[in-house]
Amino acid sequence: MTQFLDGMAYNSWILPALLGLPLIGALLLLVQGSSNKGDADAAMRSARSLALWIFLAEAVLSIGLWWSVDVSSPDWQAYVDAAWIPQWGVRFTLGLDGISLMLVLLTTLLMPLAVLGSWTSIREKTSSYYALLLVLTTGMLGVFMALDLALFYVMWEVMLVPMYLIIGIWGGQRRLYASLKFFLYTMVGSLLMLVAIIFLGLMAGQGQGPNFSYDAVLQMTRTAAVPGGFWLFVAFALAFAVKVPMFPFHTWLPDAHVEAPTAGSVILAAIMLKMGTFGFVRFAVPLFPDIAMHPTVRMVMLSLAVIGIVYGALVALVQPDFKKLVAYSSVSHLGFVMLGIFAMTVESMQGALVVTISHGISTGALFLLIGMIYERRHTRQIEDFGGIAKVMPIFAVCLTIVALSSIGVPGTNGFVGEFLVLIGSFPTQPYFTLIAATSVIFAAAYLLWAVQRIIYNPLVKPENEALKGMDLNWREIGLLTPLLIAIVWLGVYPKPLLNKTEAAATRMVRSVEAARTSPTLINTRAASAAAQQVR
Amino acid sequence: MLAESLALSALLFTIGVVGVLTRRNAIIIFMCVELMLNAVNLSFVALSQLYGASGQVFVIFVMTVAAAEAAVGLAIIIAIFRHRQSVNLEDINLLKG
Amino acid sequence: MQLPTEHATTGHPLADTIARLAWLIPVLPLLGFLLNGFLSLRAAGTPGPADPSASGHGHGHDDHGHGAHGADAHGHDAHDDHGHAKRHPAAGLVSLIGPGVLALSFVVALLVFNAMRSVGEMHAPYVLTLFEWMPTGSLSIDVAFQLDQLSMVMILIITGIGTLIHIFSVGYMQDDPGYPRYFAYLNLFVFFMLLLVMGANYPLMFVGWEGVGLCSYLLIGFWFSEKANADAGKKAFIVNRIGDFGFLVAMFLMFANFGTLSYTGVGAAANDLVMGGALATTICLFLFLGATGKSAQIPLFVWLPDAMAGPTPVSALIHAATMVTAGVYLIARSATLFAMAPAAQLTVAVVGALTAVFAATIGLKQWDIKKVLAYSTVSQLGYMFVGVGVGAYTAGVFHLMTHAFFKALLFLGSGSVIYAMHQAYHATHNHEDAQDMRNMGGLKKYMPITSALMWIATLAIAGIPPFSGFFSKDEILASVFARTHGSTLADATWLGIPGSVVLYGVYALGLAAALMTAVYMTRMMIYTFHGPNRSGSAEQPHLKEAPMIMTAPLIVLGVLSALGGLVNLPLVFPFGPKEILHHWLEPVVGQGTLLVTHGEAAHLSHSTEYVLIGTAVAIAVIGIAIAYTRLKPEALVPAKDAVPETGIEKTLLNKWYVDEGYDKAVVQPTLGVSRTLLWKGIDTGLIDGLMVNGTALLARFAGWMGSQLQSGRVGTYAWVLLIGVLGVLSAFSFR
Repeated sequence: MTQFLDGMAYNSWILPALLGLPLIGALLLLVQGSSNKGDADAAMRSARSLALWIFLAEAVLSIGLWWSVDVSSPDWQAYVDAAWIPQWGVRFTLGLDGISLMLVLLTTLLMPLAVLGSWTSIREKTSSYYALLLVLTTGMLGVFMALDLALFYVMWEVMLVPMYLIIGIWGGQRRLYASLKFFLYTMVGSLLMLVAIIFLGLMAGQGQGPNFSYDAVLQMTRTAAVPGGFWLFVAFALAFAVKVPMFPFHTWLPDAHVEAPTAGSVILAAIMLKMGTFGFVRFAVPLFPDIAMHPTVRMVMLSLAVIGIVYGALVALVQPDFKKLVAYSSVSHLGFVMLGIFAMTVESMQGALVVTISHGISTGALFLLIGMIYERRHTRQIEDFGGIAKVMPIFAVCLTIVALSSIGVPGTNGFVGEFLVLIGSFPTQPYFTLIAATSVIFAAAYLLWAVQRIIYNPLVKPENEALKGMDLNWREIGLLTPLLIAIVWLGVYPKPLLNKTEAAATRMVRSVEAARTSPTLINTRAASAAAQQVR
Repeated sequence: MLAESLALSALLFTIGVVGVLTRRNAIIIFMCVELMLNAVNLSFVALSQLYGASGQVFVIFVMTVAAAEAAVGLAIIIAIFRHRQSVNLEDINLLKG
Repeated sequence: MQLPTEHATTGHPLADTIARLAWLIPVLPLLGFLLNGFLSLRAAGTPGPADPSASGHGHGHDDHGHGAHGADAHGHDAHDDHGHAKRHPAAGLVSLIGPGVLALSFVVALLVFNAMRSVGEMHAPYVLTLFEWMPTGSLSIDVAFQLDQLSMVMILIITGIGTLIHIFSVGYMQDDPGYPRYFAYLNLFVFFMLLLVMGANYPLMFVGWEGVGLCSYLLIGFWFSEKANADAGKKAFIVNRIGDFGFLVAMFLMFANFGTLSYTGVGAAANDLVMGGALATTICLFLFLGATGKSAQIPLFVWLPDAMAGPTPVSALIHAATMVTAGVYLIARSATLFAMAPAAQLTVAVVGALTAVFAATIGLKQWDIKKVLAYSTVSQLGYMFVGVGVGAYTAGVFHLMTHAFFKALLFLGSGSVIYAMHQAYHATHNHEDAQDMRNMGGLKKYMPITSALMWIATLAIAGIPPFSGFFSKDEILASVFARTHGSTLADATWLGIPGSVVLYGVYALGLAAALMTAVYMTRMMIYTFHGPNRSGSAEQPHLKEAPMIMTAPLIVLGVLSALGGLVNLPLVFPFGPKEILHHWLEPVVGQGTLLVTHGEAAHLSHSTEYVLIGTAVAIAVIGIAIAYTRLKPEALVPAKDAVPETGIEKTLLNKWYVDEGYDKAVVQPTLGVSRTLLWKGIDTGLIDGLMVNGTALLARFAGWMGSQLQSGRVGTYAWVLLIGVLGVLSAFSFR
């Protein structure tokens, strides 16, 4: 396989192709949409199948990365570098390592499922809807691939707008409130990040015009003093913390999830939240290791992570709306990722990456399932259900498996990630880990209680009895099957995934530790300044 | 001669300003604005004695702009009058925030 | 983290035997699960229409009459619709696969057992590594099976008794509409249980540990349409998760301090620990927290009685014979570790003894036959913990084994009784409670075999020689007595009390529990099988023995309950091979025991032991006598005519109000705090209301202020302009 890919110089064109294909697809959809006025049903059919084909092509294209990317190499893989805006020193630099590889694959493989998830539920302005999904894909992939800080920022914003529109146009009752909240929340964080990026770019240019290259900036922050490093870290951390979302910046998430259409929720939970944690792994921590690992800063970040874990779980316990419950459970799960990152051991970092991927799979699947039942019952209130397992057994089986994975039952993907995070964090952060570990109890409580009230208990409501014969159809079974397989596969045999990310995670932990402890590399002035600012 | 011209220009300008500030009729205000423009023109011409012809060139530009402004401004005033049967500024507050 | 002992296993004597195929033992039930699960889904689910939102949801009432509520829709047990409910279409195939895979698994286990016996003394365990599970950083966790004498005993119990209970289930569940689903769950349970005992490291044991909890959840809530059943399943899972938290933390501590999680690695590292040190004690206490969850000890026992909501064979297999003993296995598995922590061992023993007595008091006053057995299980598990707590691992495992025999027999027997009662009530369309002993009585006449077999089990559990329970219970009590002198436990202190005093207390509690066990078991037998029949005259003709497929497993278990004691006869026994199990388990737990007894094979003098045996037997006989003389089955009235209990009886019937206490002290406050403080207060109130929307409000206010300047009056603007111009000019001129 590797030879075959090398034969067509796969690595030299794949990343731009993955970014470009969705954009071309979006244009095609708009052209098709404008030529297909009148019959809304026919327009929907042609738009969704075109979109599905494009996403499938994207997925197939991206699969080669699994073989072509050499994760053990310390160099960027599939590296592409071209001038973009030379006057400002902005370059079009793309590249992957083991960590971003997994996130790119998660994105490309999940998107076709998201399209299938909104197959029949989106009936208005379908071509615009799918075009936006495609643009969103470009933005998300760009964030994971970008190795130029300015390009990264552009992609970060590119992905914001389509999601804003998707929630705002195809959302539920309070969609305007939710979409605006989502947009403003994210915007506040990212503008601060823009300032920090410009500042870093100017610094890295060393008087010869700005230089936004990630490698150059990294080189600079590791060797020379960066004035105001603490505030730069805060700017990055705030942007990413909103996206993660960390407590107390999480309140946009429940609203956005509840109002977003199914595909929006799936993408939001499965991929967009990972932008935040990815930002910490790629930018906030490696660029400012001495500040991120400063005891006080670390204490604050770990506290917020652990508060998020327990708080998210407790609030999820009392949610009447199932989508909101899952949204708060995301807050809890993403807290594990943050705990793993800031505990800064190889095991915890690896665990954080596994949680990142497996939360994408299981929460994505949960939102798809909620979408399916919503299409049939037009409600998401847990109290409205009961006894669904009797009339929709296939749905019940799928929901149970996915819920167990989200709870983190061993044998599913959820366990591997949480276990690695906790066991990796324990040696450096025993007390935080102890508190975080209590969430195994709460997670079981909130999800099993909800599952019980939905699919078990007596079947008394006539609306629910009417669901008989309305079990999941072949399309829905088909789109859930890959997710269910992934849930079990990653739970039983996570080794391939762990192997892919091991080298990158180890490198990152080592370099952060080195920068923190070695007196030649550490920026002592900035560190002491940061320490004072922190005090 | 220069001092007198500048004094006249300042006088005309002040009359224009006072007119703009105190009158309520849009047409009169408009004419006062024109008065201010021409006061400035006068000072341009007067000062070109010292600084060369560029002042005179500027006057041509100002007159062109003033002509265009008069055309657009009067059209707006007529439109407003047709709409509101009044050119009194007290009655017109479309720009209120 | 490859340890030398693990390398050694490649040259292990078992490596060239059938033991290489030991992975088949758990894989066969897994296969059964997949097949039965597939059959279940294929029969139950048909994919819906392609476009669910378009077809709306107005239709459907036509094809959904009340015939669909099936056997599991109401009633306490499954059998309301016996007779006219038709068998599941796949039932034949399922009856073959379900028990079949287990029987095969049992055969493989026997072959491996045979191989293990033929290689003679085996000091290192045989570790069969299948693949790497979570290799990252310095952590290395393999999917590996460990075959040694302890896991072999457990495998044989699980597959052997499991096979019997599967066969019983074929009869018991035959008309249930969820028949394939039932066997799928049961097979899955056996798979996870085998994983639990065969795993070669703690994380893999944890997989089995949680897996059996999951199956228990699914099976307790098997008839999920009844809210109480679904509630009970959920409660079991969540309470177990509290214990699992302890297990997890114990693993974290082990990894942080030993750098490994395999049994061999931890066992080796434990030898280097300080005796009685904080680390060993902490790890052991967290492990014990895990054990209290799974094995239903104080304070986490509350889920087990509720778990009786599941089908009765499930209660026999999961909630009596196998899963609930996992905690005992966990402690026996960590014998070396516990030997380093006398304080933790005393905790285990004390909690075990308290649980034994506490549960026995509740068992005295229950009317539901399964509830009596449930509390009896909790009580007997307490005994096992006393055994492993004082470092008598053989005694603990021995009691685990005999208990598996007689408690499985008791549960299955009660299943037969309930089945018979149900059939009778069903025939007369009566909706009385088929599990309430007040509705039974005199069943001996109708079910002689069941009655006789259950009497064997009752005598065994009460501790009457020569039945199996006598030997195991006596060995536990004797070990406790022996530890009061010349052991690390006696030298240690527990909460400031000298260890020997604690152990005398544990011994006394053990005797008290033995007395009550004899009383409540005899009470159950008298009320169920003796005295007049209270089922009602119409029902009496319909009462009869269950079919052979259900009775045959009972007979096998009856033989085992009667003769199980032969496996480990005490040294004072006049004849026969002695202490077989003890010698068999020696390589695994021997070191742990020796550490507790200061390296000596401590045995009581024969005369002391005769006195102890005499005391124990006397207490059992007294207990039975009390029950016989004090209880009047003739005075009992059927449940519907009974007057409510008062005073202490009511307190006992309501289980000391522990559930209510937990609800008030833990569940409601958690929900209340989450809802009022965290969600409404902090989330929507403080963060969203004050901070987020507050910011928006502030921005809006600023905008409003600005907009007030925009009066829309050109005159005002002109004045402002003029003032501005003058300001700028003056700023320039007076610089």
